[in-house]
Amino acid sequence: MPDASGPLLDQSMQTVLSVGIDALAYGMVLFVISIGLSVTMGLMRVVNLAHGAFAMIGGYIASYATQTLGFGYGVAILAAVVGTIIIAIPVERFLYRRIYGAPELTQVLMTIGITFCVIGIANYVFGPTLKTIPLPETLRGPVDLGFRSIAAHKLFAIACGVAVAGALWYLIERTSFGVKLRASVDNAAMAASLGVRTRIVYAVSFAVAVGLAAFGGIVGAELLPIEPYYALRYMVTFLVVVSVGGAGSIPGALLACLLLGAIDTTGRYLLPEYGEFFFYLAVIAIVCVFPRGLLGRRS
Amino acid sequence: MAAIETTSAAKPEAAARPNWLKRDLLGLAVILAVAAIGYFLFPNNLALLTRILGVALLVLSIDLVTGFCGVATLGHAALFGAGAYASGIAAVHFGITDPLLMVVVGAIGGAVAGIVSGAVILRGHGLAQLVLSIAVVHLFHEAANKASVYTGGSDGLSGISPDPIFGIFAFDLWGRTAYGFAVALVVIAFIVLRLITRSPFGMLCRGIKEDPIRIRAMGASVQGTLLKMYVISGAVAGTGGALNAISTQVVGLDSLSFTLSAEALVMLVLGGTGSLYGALIGTVSFMWFEDFVSAANPFHWLTIVGALLIAVVLFAPRGLYGTALTLADRFRGNGK
Repeated sequence: MPDASGPLLDQSMQTVLSVGIDALAYGMVLFVISIGLSVTMGLMRVVNLAHGAFAMIGGYIASYATQTLGFGYGVAILAAVVGTIIIAIPVERFLYRRIYGAPELTQVLMTIGITFCVIGIANYVFGPTLKTIPLPETLRGPVDLGFRSIAAHKLFAIACGVAVAGALWYLIERTSFGVKLRASVDNAAMAASLGVRTRIVYAVSFAVAVGLAAFGGIVGAELLPIEPYYALRYMVTFLVVVSVGGAGSIPGALLACLLLGAIDTTGRYLLPEYGEFFFYLAVIAIVCVFPRGLLGRRS
Repeated sequence: MAAIETTSAAKPEAAARPNWLKRDLLGLAVILAVAAIGYFLFPNNLALLTRILGVALLVLSIDLVTGFCGVATLGHAALFGAGAYASGIAAVHFGITDPLLMVVVGAIGGAVAGIVSGAVILRGHGLAQLVLSIAVVHLFHEAANKASVYTGGSDGLSGISPDPIFGIFAFDLWGRTAYGFAVALVVIAFIVLRLITRSPFGMLCRGIKEDPIRIRAMGASVQGTLLKMYVISGAVAGTGGALNAISTQVVGLDSLSFTLSAEALVMLVLGGTGSLYGALIGTVSFMWFEDFVSAANPFHWLTIVGALLIAVVLFAPRGLYGTALTLADRFRGNGK
């Protein structure tokens, strides 16, 4: 083996590996946040631009619980998920239920309105500064994997993504609720006439979606920092993930997150001066070729 | 028998024609009157009024595709910004400083951007269409940011110094000339759009919004018609962008932003889609209100706009103008 190519090869391998790890962590955070959006959009056909706002609420509650109340990380996650769901229930009951089946424009306006309100209120209550959620000791340092070390919180984000994907797969494919959910996604009217209480299915899946958004907001706080404009800044990213993956498809959302995470992270490493140019170019290309998303159902 | 039918069919049409002509002239008079009142009430705030008129052109152009054709877009600022940058670049780098020429360049720039974004956006429907429109405006934004040699990047394109209009009316510090120029452009755009929306082509667009499959069955090209409308819409938005570039003498990246696209859509829906008056009313009320509230606290402004949007969707889905029309109809019905 020639002497020069050894370290060079090693170095490029290291770059590929660190890009890969970052892309994987980013993609998994995107997945945890946007999978709920994908399921609700496939189920209720609501273009929900306020999904990021729920992730932001989760982040704020967790930050408040750890910083001001002094709770531990795990307790804060639990409090944030429950708190966000409690906030979201009346929103679903009084606002979202009015726009099921409405034209897209109406849905976009209503959910943008909700997002604006959340941003304004979050700023009023918590101030315009960036909020941090201090990680527990075990997630702070690097983890040595033998051939290289990786930041522990990234590994944790990846593990959370895998766990959420597995749990959702089990919930949807193996439980009776999953059967009802799939039936409602396929044909809500037929499911209702067969005795599935679609309203309850809608409400439960909305709550699960919001809870996952809050969870993702906390787990991803290191990568997508919590601040008042969070809801607006990442609103488009989450919507893009759902559109690329295909609304209602879990494998589709996973694929889209990994693909878009890889494109975005690679672009940032290799061509930072182009910003998100290639990300959006890829989005246009994918959506033009697959108008229903990569794994969307043809209907 | 046939003769009776034709006369009876022709009669309402003959009666209807002067009716809409009268109504349009009345509308035009109201627009001019409001413009004049604005001039005399806020002589120190003409810059804001001129900006409102520039954005009004953008909102009118969104109305063309969203209100008349039913295309949902969250990326229309791409057309506005393309017009602004086209006229700004023409002025700074190619020495085209005649304001009328700059407007023409801006309109052409907007129309070209209209072809490009229309060709992309019209490939999708529903969610895919929205996402494509968002991706397009981000793409334009990043491209303008990268091409900083021409656009000035994130610093913005400055150094635009337009010549006097017709060599007579120089752009003064108070913005009187710019305001007059803006009013003239909006009035011309309004007349042209009124003619277009009343033409058979405009009717075809409304038909596509109602039922595209039926229009295709009639033998008309849905995509071709929509693309034509996109080009017209691009020219209008580009004119607005050029007006903005001329009056503020600077073009920033925010003219290509997703935020501007979303806000303009909000203005349209606030006023009422599918009507040129609705677009104008929505823009004026939104931007005046914004200036008023955000001077106090920008975050309260966001909360209020959000609440306002929710209220419009729940209680006035046809917008201010549409709701006013409904109320007027009901009032007239009760009066009879």
